[in-house]
Amino acid sequence: MFLRNALRAATALTLVTAAAAQADTITIATVNNGDMIRMQGLTDNFTEATGHEVEWVTLEENVLRQRVTTDITTKGGQFDIMTIGMYETPIWAKNGWLVALDDLGEDYDVDDLLPAMRNGLSYDGTLYAAPFYGESSMIMYRTDLMEAAGLEMPEAPTWEFIRDAAVAMTDKDNEIYGICLRGKAGWGENMAFLTAMSNSFGARWFDENWQAQFDSDAWNETLTFYLDMMDKAGPPGASNNGFNENLSLFQQGKCGMWIDATVAASFVTNPDDSTVADKVGFALAPDTGKGKRGNWLWAWALAIPAGTDNEGAAKEFIEWATSKAYIELVASEEGWAYVPPGARVSLYENPNYKDIPFAEMTLKSIQSADPIEPTVDPVPYQGVQFVAIPEFAGFATEVGQEFSAALAGQQSADEALEKAQALTTDAMEAAGY
Amino acid sequence: MATKASRSAARLMMAPAVVLLLGWMLVPLTMTIYFSFKKYLPLRGGDLGWVGFDNYARFLSSSSFWPSVQATLLIVGGVLAITVVFGVLLAMLLDQPMWGQGVVRILVIAPFFVMPTVSALVWKNMFMDPVNGLFAHLWKAVGAEPIAWLTEASLPSIIMIVSWQWLPFATLILLTAIQSLDSEQLEAAEMDGAPPLKRFGYIILPHLGRAITVVVLIQTIFLLSIFAEIFVTTQGSFGTKTLTYLIFQRVLESQNVGLGSAGGVYAIILANIVAIFLMRIVGKNLDA
Amino acid sequence: MARSVTTRRKTINTALAWAIGLLIFFPILWTILTSFKTEGQAISDPPVFLFFDWTLENYAIVQERSNYARFLWNSIIIAGGSTLLGVIIAVPAAWSMAFVPSKRTKDILLWMLSTKMLPAVGVLYPIYLIFIRMGLLDTRVGLVIVLMLINLPIIVWMLYTYFREIPGEILEAARMDGATLKEEILYVLTPMAVPGIASTLLLNFILAWNEAFWTLNLTAAKAGPLTAFIASYSSPEGLFYAKLSAASTMAIAPILILGWFSQKQLVRGLTFGAVK
Repeated sequence: MFLRNALRAATALTLVTAAAAQADTITIATVNNGDMIRMQGLTDNFTEATGHEVEWVTLEENVLRQRVTTDITTKGGQFDIMTIGMYETPIWAKNGWLVALDDLGEDYDVDDLLPAMRNGLSYDGTLYAAPFYGESSMIMYRTDLMEAAGLEMPEAPTWEFIRDAAVAMTDKDNEIYGICLRGKAGWGENMAFLTAMSNSFGARWFDENWQAQFDSDAWNETLTFYLDMMDKAGPPGASNNGFNENLSLFQQGKCGMWIDATVAASFVTNPDDSTVADKVGFALAPDTGKGKRGNWLWAWALAIPAGTDNEGAAKEFIEWATSKAYIELVASEEGWAYVPPGARVSLYENPNYKDIPFAEMTLKSIQSADPIEPTVDPVPYQGVQFVAIPEFAGFATEVGQEFSAALAGQQSADEALEKAQALTTDAMEAAGY
Repeated sequence: MATKASRSAARLMMAPAVVLLLGWMLVPLTMTIYFSFKKYLPLRGGDLGWVGFDNYARFLSSSSFWPSVQATLLIVGGVLAITVVFGVLLAMLLDQPMWGQGVVRILVIAPFFVMPTVSALVWKNMFMDPVNGLFAHLWKAVGAEPIAWLTEASLPSIIMIVSWQWLPFATLILLTAIQSLDSEQLEAAEMDGAPPLKRFGYIILPHLGRAITVVVLIQTIFLLSIFAEIFVTTQGSFGTKTLTYLIFQRVLESQNVGLGSAGGVYAIILANIVAIFLMRIVGKNLDA
Repeated sequence: MARSVTTRRKTINTALAWAIGLLIFFPILWTILTSFKTEGQAISDPPVFLFFDWTLENYAIVQERSNYARFLWNSIIIAGGSTLLGVIIAVPAAWSMAFVPSKRTKDILLWMLSTKMLPAVGVLYPIYLIFIRMGLLDTRVGLVIVLMLINLPIIVWMLYTYFREIPGEILEAARMDGATLKEEILYVLTPMAVPGIASTLLLNFILAWNEAFWTLNLTAAKAGPLTAFIASYSSPEGLFYAKLSAASTMAIAPILILGWFSQKQLVRGLTFGAVK
């Protein structure tokens, strides 16, 4: 171990050298997703290699976001590493709150990061957060139910096909629901899905002058289509279903199709948790022929808040956790299906990973998402399933609550859209647009 | 009885508590009022200058404001009604002679020990979930369509969860009060042939007046600021957005500290209206 | 026996009371039972009540992921510390209110209670900033102070109502015997107030234990109590009822056991002077 430390110290620069020589304790805030919990379980390997101790603060996603945002905006300095996403990274970096990750070691091979991920986590061309795993969204469907319905899933289906298939697969008496989609309110829950979906229907959040567009026909079409399909083929109580709830339903064999994060593929094909592990097929997210597909782009990434005392050790941790070697480590401990996906090009070139049934579709989905030009019509913002401005999380969650109430049958699509238009306009005014 | 010396000693002894609470009230209050007149957006560089009453006007004109006041009052009122009515009934039952009274009392107070987060999580997932929840299984067993509690009956569901947590508190206070009731007086009434309803109306209920006041006062204080139950279950969807939750959304989700602070001031005003209202009744009842 | 009761009536009372008691307790019982099931059994339809393969694996998983002992210890220190500190500050105040009442005593009491009505979320930023300045973030000391302040009004009020129940004549007798104020408090009042103080301690320990806003928002890795522990289990991926139940059971078990053992003292504590 000493040799490895010495080597590291020799290749790395100033701060890293100092840190490698002494043992620090770093505090990491992270979300309680499966891949992060796995990382937590492998911490000992990092401690052995570097001598640094790690303290974990693992929180549920909403609590985590509230916690780290309070800390970063007040410069509380409670965390040396924060787990954040593509939405926060450019906004925080612009405020100068993150440490630039432009001096990662040579064997880190920063050029190996998938371009979509690297771009989404950069501000002004500099990387500010290292992708731990990346995802797009795609269709996961039950091959057996599809066959029983007498249909065949194309690789790139349309929304019409999905709706018809969903209705054909539904068997409510046996608790089989043709389609499971997010309905739980939240900018990262139902609005991530609906915003991505609306892109494929030609809708957008704002026009070039930052005017809210919920009064457009395209949004009306999106929401009506979604509500109608969920009404005919969705599970009960869908307006409370987020990623986790739908995952659970799919694993229990209650969903015919599920359009959600590509990372879910490894969970639904894991025979330990999933009752349908060997009957899952994958396809690209649907479109309407307007040139955009309804899939998003997201990365959970590790970033260092500016001003931390343990910058060196924190960088070492990020280099460890998002490296090629970490992927190898997980593969050797748990198998290739469980490595964090969607971050590195080399993973998808690895012959061991090519056999994984969802690998190819994940890559294609990620590559087909375009955060720079997400919509059919031009927009003044970046981000596929979000708008990268600080106010978005707030008003998108409120819009999500209106759409969720519409899904619950408490108001019509028109009412929901009207309220969404009003509250988005109000929030944008408050922000000074 | 009290001498001058003991009066000044008394004032001295009260000082630490009063000063601490004064500080705990004034420092955050001053800061909240200060922020409420500012355009303060932490993600856009923080303090962007004074804006007068803009935040107050904006918070009030938001379409979420009045529904949130309504939701707050409904939750507080609903929980109070349920816990007081069932608390009185349960206390009267527990006052009767029976076998295993101690154990029953233990069973009844248990929910009070459960932290609100846990209670909300358990109710939401294991009971009210429309697919895997116990209620859904029950409903299916009798051939009914499972109910998506937290969407279709969101406000009643939350009122139920919170009532479950606070029923033990109400029951115990009321039970102690009933036990202090002069049983001879009751017996005399019974001998005189007063029917049970009359005995309840003329002897028991008046005797419980003070205890009910205490229950209402203490619970209101806690209920006005419930947060975990909503954060865990509906996150403010489906008409369950209370004033506290609306402020949370403004401050933490929208990152608009000025606007949220103005909301905080409104919440303080609402709390004070409720408080004055309460104090009127309580003050009278506690003097007796 | 003041009241004669027929066996029949007693049987009905017993049956009814037990049925209601079990109904109220059921959610807790169900959580505890589920924590011993596998994830598959936890959602099985029809639900299994007792006849399943009891397993401890959920507890093992939870323990492996989180350092339960540390969270538990933090909870004990924070809840215990804030309660003790609160009582120390509140006893003199409550004493003087009860025995040397003035015209403003009731106003002060009610004002104290009204400080509890400030919405915590509204002042999160100010408090967070103050905590940064004072270096109190993620420290147990910081939380002890905040929770003490939150519960102080309740503590003062509870003690005040006990002290008022102590008859004034005893004090006067002590004074006649030449007892000083200090002696009066130490040797006369305190012994009589012990049950009241004990129940105040208990109730506020419970309230502090269950406080979930400040304890979550002002801590990170070091001072997080059980409320922070539970925040990492609330909604993980996949099936999680059994693990959630195990974590929930671990979070509430200590306080449940404490509550049950000290039930009698606590019941006294919950009167709040509601009884004359």
